[in-house]
Amino acid sequence: MTTESPTRREVRIEERDRMTVRFAGDSGDGMQLTGTQFTRTTVIYGNDIATLPDFPAEIRAPQGSLPGVSGFQLSFASTDIKTPGDQPDALVALNPAALRVNIGDLKPGGLIIVDEAEFTPQNLKKAGYESNPLEDGSLSGYQVFRVNITKQTEEALEGLDLPPNRRYQSRNFYALGLVLWLFDRTLDTTIKWATDRFKRNPEILEANLRALKAGYAFGETTEMFHVRYEVPPAKVQPGLYRHISGNEATALGFLAASVLSGLPLVYASYPITPASDILHELSKLKAFGVKTIQAEDEIAAMCMAIGAAYAGHLGLTGTSGPGLALKSEALNLAVMAELPVVVIDVQRAGPSTGMPTKTEQADLLQAMFGRNGDSPVAVVAPATPSDCFTMAIEAFRIALKYMVPVVFLSEGYLANGSEPWRIPSLDELPRIEWHYAAERTDGADGKFNPYQRDPVTLARPWAVPGQRGLQHRIGGLEKSGETGDISYDPGNHHRMTLARKAKVERIVQDIPPASVEGPEEGDLLVVGWGGTYGAISTAAENARKAGKSVAHLHLRYLNPMPANVGEILKRYRKVLVPELNTGQLCLLLRAKYLVDAIPFNKIAGQPFKIAEIEAKIDEVLGLRGPYELEFGPASVLGGG
Amino acid sequence: MSTTSAKPAAIVGEELPVLTRKDFVSDQEVRWCPGCGDYAILAQMQKMLPELRIPRENIVFISGIGCSSRFPYYVETFGFHTIHGRAPAIATGVKTARPELTVFVVTGDGDGLSIGGNHLLHVMRRNVDVTIVLFNNRIYGLTKGQYSPTSEFGKITKSSPFGTTERPLNPIKIALAAGATFVARSVDRDTKHLEEMLYLAATHKGVSFVEVFQNCNIFNDGAFAAFAEKEVRQDRMLYLEHGKPLRFGKERQHGIRLNGFKPEIVENAQSDEGLWVHDAKSASIAAAMALAEMDYPEYPVPVGVFRDVDAPTYEELVAKQIEDARARGEPDFAAVLQGPETWQVE
Repeated sequence: MTTESPTRREVRIEERDRMTVRFAGDSGDGMQLTGTQFTRTTVIYGNDIATLPDFPAEIRAPQGSLPGVSGFQLSFASTDIKTPGDQPDALVALNPAALRVNIGDLKPGGLIIVDEAEFTPQNLKKAGYESNPLEDGSLSGYQVFRVNITKQTEEALEGLDLPPNRRYQSRNFYALGLVLWLFDRTLDTTIKWATDRFKRNPEILEANLRALKAGYAFGETTEMFHVRYEVPPAKVQPGLYRHISGNEATALGFLAASVLSGLPLVYASYPITPASDILHELSKLKAFGVKTIQAEDEIAAMCMAIGAAYAGHLGLTGTSGPGLALKSEALNLAVMAELPVVVIDVQRAGPSTGMPTKTEQADLLQAMFGRNGDSPVAVVAPATPSDCFTMAIEAFRIALKYMVPVVFLSEGYLANGSEPWRIPSLDELPRIEWHYAAERTDGADGKFNPYQRDPVTLARPWAVPGQRGLQHRIGGLEKSGETGDISYDPGNHHRMTLARKAKVERIVQDIPPASVEGPEEGDLLVVGWGGTYGAISTAAENARKAGKSVAHLHLRYLNPMPANVGEILKRYRKVLVPELNTGQLCLLLRAKYLVDAIPFNKIAGQPFKIAEIEAKIDEVLGLRGPYELEFGPASVLGGG
Repeated sequence: MSTTSAKPAAIVGEELPVLTRKDFVSDQEVRWCPGCGDYAILAQMQKMLPELRIPRENIVFISGIGCSSRFPYYVETFGFHTIHGRAPAIATGVKTARPELTVFVVTGDGDGLSIGGNHLLHVMRRNVDVTIVLFNNRIYGLTKGQYSPTSEFGKITKSSPFGTTERPLNPIKIALAAGATFVARSVDRDTKHLEEMLYLAATHKGVSFVEVFQNCNIFNDGAFAAFAEKEVRQDRMLYLEHGKPLRFGKERQHGIRLNGFKPEIVENAQSDEGLWVHDAKSASIAAAMALAEMDYPEYPVPVGVFRDVDAPTYEELVAKQIEDARARGEPDFAAVLQGPETWQVE
């Protein structure tokens, strides 16, 4: 018998400052888990990261079908990055459908790892392939690695007492192990996590760990791979970091508002994609006195938040676009009653049910104006996943100081996306000022007027039940500013309407002035809001590196906008407004500042790619001809 | 002069306030149509409130939209006149935040059973400790005379000139089916009975639902006259008493017995033997449902307490989970911010 010791082959290590990887498979293949685990390993290693999960709409579309494909994209870098990357450098596709859905995004010459066992005639047919792409030469522009992940996983699990379908489910751990090898990452983080996660299922733990190690070992021993990629750690501000998604940051931000104000938080919500995770997160925080109510519907959730605010606590509700529509009447009650409630809207692609799992920024005008009457509310919008934390605190800081409803506009892209976050200490966080109305003893002069406004903020007093001598009646009917009684007086309604408007406008005295990234004046100002921050910021920075005069203004306060916005807009020859809608911020800027802003719109359920904004910048600067997205107006509306 | 204390006496055990009906009359001019049944309900409420011995500032009246929903303006407590049908949801928010407050929900047949039907079901299902008073006049009054979800089948109104083609809801059956722990019915004209029902509802721990037959003398005058007028009341209404046999008539001479699920009138029942004994404490709602189905003219109309059972309140259970979580360990904000995993960058 001869033993052949494997000779250590030559594997070159290539250093890159950034890599983007997309994991894709059937929705039952555990791709979100794979992506999340790779992300965890990578952030702990010290890379800057940005992630973009892409869920299918159906909970479980038919296995192997195109609608059933689930993806998770991760960009990691040795430099500061702000987006999950335009084009993946590497694609892991666990079946033909995953390959077909994602191949179009892959960088030319990019790397593809497929489970070749899945490329059966039946699966190819489900994915709509006429011939096998692994064999027909259609992938010749890429580096394709055919690995029999299914078979090798089964072999690694030999001897375990598990049914075949359960063995099959460990394929994602095999793929994860292989990718961890490819990027020279440790298995430790995943092993530690899995050991805890599957502690009650030792057989499954064993299966997953065996698959993970087999995938890694395959990379190590096979002759297939000749290059590994090394992305060194990023240089970031010192401190304690964690990995955080937008929805997690939102939940923690509102908890922080409760801790900072000392007021208990009541969160009422009706489950809705992509906002439900906020309810899940907050419902765990009972030890902080957080009360969560799963309401019977969206309207009830809004009303419960109003009830909590009326009672003197932090009233919060959360939803997505269709839910905001349902809440609008009750939100208007909060406008009229001048109560400090906050509404989270994690925007998704609309109108109507739209595409629940896909991102969009098309609720800005709904938040601003989607109610009867003249009904101003404050609107804030986080720019990145971790910024959700900061802006959540801001939302309540404003609501309590001005006794006004605030809409917090998040997006699916921010909610499910994630990034590393330097954890702030309590003393770094802002103060939240609030006070209840002063109590009155019996015999106080005159009656209590719930609309006696603060001269600076125009806030009315927060008189809560249980406060002595402050019995009063409020509601949706117009009230006299002098007495708080119902009033149909024409002059009073005019004055009260203007007071509600002026109150929101005065918030401007309490928010930071806007600042631009890039030159203080010049050829072009790109203005954005919300989750497009990363793509716009990077595109503008790239333009500056190429010597172009391009600045970026990103608005986190939408109503009111910072005081200096009008003045900033005037300092640039052109203004470009990229948005994931048909031009909502652009409309507001044009109306408010009489600026000839140029809209750039994408309504595809997907975030902007940096390259798209770069191309548009060049067009506006006259450096190229007209630029249009691949699905732009010409392709949609056609000729004639 | 009232002697209200800053904190609810019932909670801290301080001296109880001594208040009178006048202390609960607000400075607002009451604006219901002259002769409206709402006046009687307001009067009985204002008469009853001092008996609760709760400081006025710890009482909140929450209403939706409709004639009845003007109620909070007239009561000298905290009041919130909200939007159509949503008072139960707002009350749930108030009670979840501040369980120590005494909360009333004032609603009507349109507000509570039409536009706000869903919220009414869920506040009862959750057993939120609020007292719901539903003014049932079987008509839309504020909008001037359209049929309501409790209008009788075939009723001719402004919006049903050829008669409605809709069957009415029975509010008591809705409350029972939703699991309300206290369910009662009274009539605006029977003031003494009404006041008693309001008191029992307000002192019940858990959700209380009181249907009040209320006459709208403008758009549905006499809707309940056939059985609720003083002269016929004893013969045509059945006053429910827990643990007692069902009897009615001026001399309580008639009885009711059950034949299977069907109630039968026993005229001039000499003995209580075999009569249906009312059990408001029953865990099952079956008998209460059978009572709720009784209607004039086939039967006398039951009024009184249909159901009165104990169950933990929603806000109590919510508070208990918080208490339990705290018992497991003091909350650590820094630890929560850190989440499951951190790394240090030097």
